[in-house]
Amino acid sequence: MAIASQLGYDDLPRLLTRLTGDAKHDRSSLSTLDVLWVLYDRVLGDDDRFLLSKGHGPAAFYAVLAAKGLLPVELLDGFGSFDSPLGHHPDRVLVPGAEIGSGSLGHGLPIAVGRALAGRQVYVLVGDGELDEGSNWEAVQYAGRVGLETLTVVAVDNDSSTHGWPGGIEQRFALEGWHARRVDGRDHDALEAALRAETAGRPRCVVAEMRR
Amino acid sequence: MTMRSRFYEAVGAALDRDDRVALVLADIGVSQLPVHPRVFNVGIREQLLIGVAAGLAMEGYRPVAHSYTPFLVERPYEQVKLDLGHQDVGAVLVSYGASYDGAREGRTHQAPEDVAVLSALPGWTLQVPGHPDEAERMLMRALERDDRIYIRLSDEQNHAPVHCDGLVVLRQGAGPFVLAVGPTLAPTLAATADLDVTVAYLATVRPFPRAELRAAVLGTDVVLVEPYLAGTSSAEISAALVDTPHRLLALGVANAELRRYGDPEEHRAAHGLDAAGIRASLERFDGRNPV
Repeated sequence: MAIASQLGYDDLPRLLTRLTGDAKHDRSSLSTLDVLWVLYDRVLGDDDRFLLSKGHGPAAFYAVLAAKGLLPVELLDGFGSFDSPLGHHPDRVLVPGAEIGSGSLGHGLPIAVGRALAGRQVYVLVGDGELDEGSNWEAVQYAGRVGLETLTVVAVDNDSSTHGWPGGIEQRFALEGWHARRVDGRDHDALEAALRAETAGRPRCVVAEMRR
Repeated sequence: MTMRSRFYEAVGAALDRDDRVALVLADIGVSQLPVHPRVFNVGIREQLLIGVAAGLAMEGYRPVAHSYTPFLVERPYEQVKLDLGHQDVGAVLVSYGASYDGAREGRTHQAPEDVAVLSALPGWTLQVPGHPDEAERMLMRALERDDRIYIRLSDEQNHAPVHCDGLVVLRQGAGPFVLAVGPTLAPTLAATADLDVTVAYLATVRPFPRAELRAAVLGTDVVLVEPYLAGTSSAEISAALVDTPHRLLALGVANAELRRYGDPEEHRAAHGLDAAGIRASLERFDGRNPV
């Protein structure tokens, strides 16, 4: 199966139309599209790791992988079918380019801590609703205490947390010793700048605001 | 020397010897282990304990995660299932505090279902050493591999190690086939000293040695003596003997909360796992005085 040559951001809507059948996760998927694009198009280095912890709605993830030539475009058409490697939650054993399998929330960030402790530059995408899971905060606390500066969390905030985050997610991370800032989640330049910001030896949190 | 102290000694040496080995702790064991760049104490955060082990494995390390049994197996059970199993990476989980070792600590510090719940997950090797020498041998071999291994350390131990792997027939007799798992061997040998029975020993319970058992069982009566939840391996024995008419008596920790404190010896007796209890169960199973 041929791997597509690299496509651009403007090709993503067309690729997304090939990924059908997961309507309940459409909003979740579209909220991550810009962040994923900026990461794969501008930020990630060859040896860096990207972990999609928020495995709900992976259509955007698959589309970006396909656009960057990491996944055959033809695979998009089988999304969710028995013979397709592309499920409604990604499986790292099946999906070329997926660093972790995800779907059950709150697993990617603790794994990212382990990979960062091994010396890797690691980026992990979580959702504001996902941050309800307590397992995330075990990782946030520990990474902050030990100054795990090779770890970056991108928290896509589309107002999905049932009880919200009064004061903002970024304040919770800052309290735990992280370098944290909030940016417009559709502003590619702002996202890139935040993802490259100097953190003075601290782990980094970028809250990407995607309000309805 | 206990299994636990032997583990600390052995894993400490392995850290110096093998750059692949990394140890992840959740406070428990920190004071007994050396400060080392590949010892990561995440604090009392057991979900993170397993997640970090998985992340280290993905980067090529051979992680050992260690804590008290309920906090290593039960609290982070979904992490064990997904972060290790579903991600298809390996780790060595080493628990201590088996079944009723923490008798005075009560139910919160007891997990006699550890092997049963881990048996429900695919791809695990589950090991139940009966002696510190066995525990060290299992650890050394586990560190050389890349798969998922659970080593269950206990304060209970047999008088001597069994040096062979797999199912080992220690004594051949005409009566029931008695299979003792891990540290139940000592009371089983005491209970059967004057009986004409076969006594066998098993310390690696998953994968279960079905073919070995099928070859070793010559009669119809099988007695399984497990140091954890009674009947944990009953289905394995049924599968091994599917073509052989047989009766099975499964002895182990009762699946009922024993709301008592006291000493492990008292709990062992309450569950019928001391020599007298095993003997009484054997006699009931046989329907007569088998002497």
